[in-house]
Amino acid sequence: MSLLTDLARLEAVHSGRAQPAATVLHRHLSPRPLVLVPLTTAGETGAPLGALLGTDREAPRLLLVPQPRDRELRFTFLTRLADQVLPYVEEYARDAEVPEPSRARPKKAAEDGEEAEPEPELCTDAPQLIVPSRGGIEWVRLLGRSMRFRRTAEQDPESSHPAPPHVPLLGRWFTHYAERSRVPGSSLLLAMTDLLSRHWATGQSSLEDQHLGALLAWIDARPDDPGGRGGAEAALHAETARDARGQLYCPPAGPATDPAFDNRLLAPAIEAYDRARGAYAAAGDGTAADRALGQVSAAEREIGALVESVTRPAWEAVWRGVDLLRTLPPAAHTEERWIRDRWSFTAHRDRLAAGEPPQPRRDDAVTAARKLATREREQARLEAQEALDDPLAMAVRRLSGEAFAGEVTEVLPAWSEGKRPSPRPLVTIRTEDRPYLAEGIKAYRSLDGKQQTAEFVRYEAESVPSERKSAGDAETSVRDEKESVRDEKESVRDEETVEGADGAWDGAGSGSGERAAVAVEAQLAAEGAYSVVLRITDRMGRAREPAPGSVPEKGDRVCFTLFAHEQRGGGRLPEPEDTPWTHGGPPGADAPAEAPDPLTGEDLL
Amino acid sequence: MTTAPATGRPDPGPGPRDPAEFAAADPGAAADLATARILHHTLHGEARGVVVDSPPGAGKSTLVVRAARELAAAGRPLMVIAQTNAQVDDLVLRLAAKDPELGVGRLHSSEAEPYDRALDALPAVRTSAKAGDLAGLDVVLSTAAKWAHVRTEEPWGHAIVDEAYQMRSDALLAVAGLFERALFVGDPGQLDPFAVVGSEQWAGLAYDPSASAVSTLLAHNPELPQLRLPVSWRLPASAAPLVSRAFYPFTPFTSGTGPGARGLDFAVASDGSGPDRVIDEAAGSGWGLLELPAARTPRTDPEAVDSLARVVARLLEREGRARSETAEEPVPLTAARIAVGTAHRDQAAAVRAALDRLGVRGVTVDTANRLQGREYEVTVVLHPLSGRPDATAFHLETGRLCVLASRHRQACIVVCRAGVPELLDAHPSTEPVQLGVSVKFPDGWEANQAVLAELGGHRVAWRPG
Repeated sequence: MSLLTDLARLEAVHSGRAQPAATVLHRHLSPRPLVLVPLTTAGETGAPLGALLGTDREAPRLLLVPQPRDRELRFTFLTRLADQVLPYVEEYARDAEVPEPSRARPKKAAEDGEEAEPEPELCTDAPQLIVPSRGGIEWVRLLGRSMRFRRTAEQDPESSHPAPPHVPLLGRWFTHYAERSRVPGSSLLLAMTDLLSRHWATGQSSLEDQHLGALLAWIDARPDDPGGRGGAEAALHAETARDARGQLYCPPAGPATDPAFDNRLLAPAIEAYDRARGAYAAAGDGTAADRALGQVSAAEREIGALVESVTRPAWEAVWRGVDLLRTLPPAAHTEERWIRDRWSFTAHRDRLAAGEPPQPRRDDAVTAARKLATREREQARLEAQEALDDPLAMAVRRLSGEAFAGEVTEVLPAWSEGKRPSPRPLVTIRTEDRPYLAEGIKAYRSLDGKQQTAEFVRYEAESVPSERKSAGDAETSVRDEKESVRDEKESVRDEETVEGADGAWDGAGSGSGERAAVAVEAQLAAEGAYSVVLRITDRMGRAREPAPGSVPEKGDRVCFTLFAHEQRGGGRLPEPEDTPWTHGGPPGADAPAEAPDPLTGEDLL
Repeated sequence: MTTAPATGRPDPGPGPRDPAEFAAADPGAAADLATARILHHTLHGEARGVVVDSPPGAGKSTLVVRAARELAAAGRPLMVIAQTNAQVDDLVLRLAAKDPELGVGRLHSSEAEPYDRALDALPAVRTSAKAGDLAGLDVVLSTAAKWAHVRTEEPWGHAIVDEAYQMRSDALLAVAGLFERALFVGDPGQLDPFAVVGSEQWAGLAYDPSASAVSTLLAHNPELPQLRLPVSWRLPASAAPLVSRAFYPFTPFTSGTGPGARGLDFAVASDGSGPDRVIDEAAGSGWGLLELPAARTPRTDPEAVDSLARVVARLLEREGRARSETAEEPVPLTAARIAVGTAHRDQAAAVRAALDRLGVRGVTVDTANRLQGREYEVTVVLHPLSGRPDATAFHLETGRLCVLASRHRQACIVVCRAGVPELLDAHPSTEPVQLGVSVKFPDGWEANQAVLAELGGHRVAWRPG
């Protein structure tokens, strides 16, 4: 948590409503996302209870497992889920193009974990899944894990419980999406709580922000309207208010359900369903069977109505979140990151088409290292790009000493030594930020979207009127100094004035350079503005004179960061079959191809 | 941190006894025997790898230099992998100082100022950004990051991996194909490597890419000989027992110097202030705790930062002299021989600014991560938990406290808000237990308690004003 986020949270508490934490939208938002509100059976992590999903907010599809412990019904649910999700996915998989050169995947940038092959085709867009909260992402991962090793009757005719067609395929897509969601900045599978809390700061803890209803209550709070409630009160209402039947007005956004709902409503309904099924099985004749079947249907409808009643609020909340996010203009770099997501999607499409086996249960040493390297690189890239796209994000970095902004007060042409001198101009920037600069530290700025590098040369002592330099007046002197700084520029190196004004530095150093440094540090300590001299070292063309526009000019507002904007690839890792002895040697010698999970007694009711 | 040593080792090498057994009685002989065994395993052993655990200041760099020279003398092509450019440069300088004739290659990056310019003055040292240019030299040194870009048909016969406990498993994976056998040297008590993104999904796997290189190596090759250096030459007799007990409970070590072999005295008498009293306490006992009144503060606690700066300023103003076994006459305690250690970078920046205000220059102020492997006469430390409302895993990390408490040859002064024991009691370790991950001892909570218990005996309460 940064100081600025803390401040925004305090302001949210003070004002009673969430405060903006971003000025732009930092994640790609599909024009047509697939929203999925999943539910799990209490106490049965692997047993889905139902899901509300779809791309049309007016017409969600409800899928249900009326008896979650029944394997047949679960397979029916998974088949229907695949019937809903796969057409949406395949629609995007059909449309592919050979990308323009600028969009081509950078040669070294492998997508998460896999070695990048030169890929001629890129899907023009990719499907996007949005779930209400992080629990939904785990649900997708878990279901993916449970489905992808299943065998269909076609793959394994001997199986006593073959999986329906498409179910293993859905498992592989879910696995891919859940794994991709671990890559920082990726947008294939998103949790609405993460999206909203990235863009708004509420007056509650980040843990509480994972309750979608409470988070939205803070964002939508209108404490100043007549009869309006403050965020804290609205959030408390969302978390705890119950109706006459003891049910929450704002049920949890899944996959977990509220125990009061489980105990008082769901359990009796499932019991009624079981009874009806028992009666149907025991029915002696056609009439009795028909009647019992009618009861089964009625009981199923009752469960469906219950499940819809607790998923519908979350469904609406996710779409409300989508509306809110769409009010923000997209950040400049989200498109670039979305292209990586599209590469990831396309690569998985191609692996499926090539008939490759499902993703293994565990990564081998090389794949794990590659994934970690990719994610660390993407994390650094995301942080840099968010700062470049968004002044609020940059302010966080400036406050933490990782960036500084200011006005160029002087540009001195200079050149490197050697046979062919290159331009190395010295740029003086006046700033009030406090970057952690030291000798040899590099600073970067964005020049036409590319990174330009500079190196820190020195602090420049500002002229400070001597009579104002006593410690108590430091702050006021700085304020006044802003106006007069240019006039007094000439007397910058007048250290005698500074030293004479404050006896505390007597004997601090004999050289005048050292005293200049002391003077600058005193200014730093006095919370004032001061000047930083940088030497620009690249992106000025090949000629002796810098290319036009490649060097900042006097009066320009510039922002330099101490973190690089572009991430270099790490060293090359070996191929998995060349895994060295330190890491157990090549995998696979003793491990045959992954078999489907064996059946256990608990798989069958 | 340290795990219980494996048993059933093959061929122990020269000498009938474990050097750790008589390290206290005869540290010099014990250290020599330990070194001889390590070299025996490295030069003549059967195993592809040898792991050497070295407590703080046990002569790790000396060992690396000696092993490098002996391997080179035996005609084995050798690559040395260190973790930072500064470490590589330091090793090159040490190698050249010991053996100016030795053909040494310094492989460096293609950035500007990629290595210490002092290397250019060494006649037998060749520098290049291309490994091919350095072929045929006795020893080639570089960072793990640079080695990861090197491809070779002909692997090196031998490698020395320095600071192996600070190297990440994935970094070793990238370079392990370059050598056939290796000597891994490091301090298991210092900070573990870390990843900036979550890596829980691989926790428990032997090759978890975010784990340390040594834990992956030993998980896959448990039969490798694991040896250790039993004597710390840096830590004084006052510090070694505490550091050994608190951070290396299964692999105890002793100080190479006896009680009274070192000491600090000051030309200027105490003025009775808190900083002066804690300086005198530390000069006498090796430890000092300057305790400020309990408070919850921002990370850059202005009073604590100011107190740190004042302690440093008084250390210099009082014209301290350090007595030790390395010199006949006491050596003046200069700014270069003092370091300030903090947990966070902004704290270090605040201390630097405070020192500047007092006109103090030349004192190293850095975070624990950056102080790893360095040595000073006196260290002044801002306790990682000082003024905090909570004890997070970061602030409790054993390695962080270990680094901060083991950089000194004479004395260590800790500045801290009162109330840390209560804070620790309110925040027992609650890290999730991961299946398959070996539990590390001691945990940060326990190590913090041990250190605080010792410091409590050297407490100077002070209210800055």
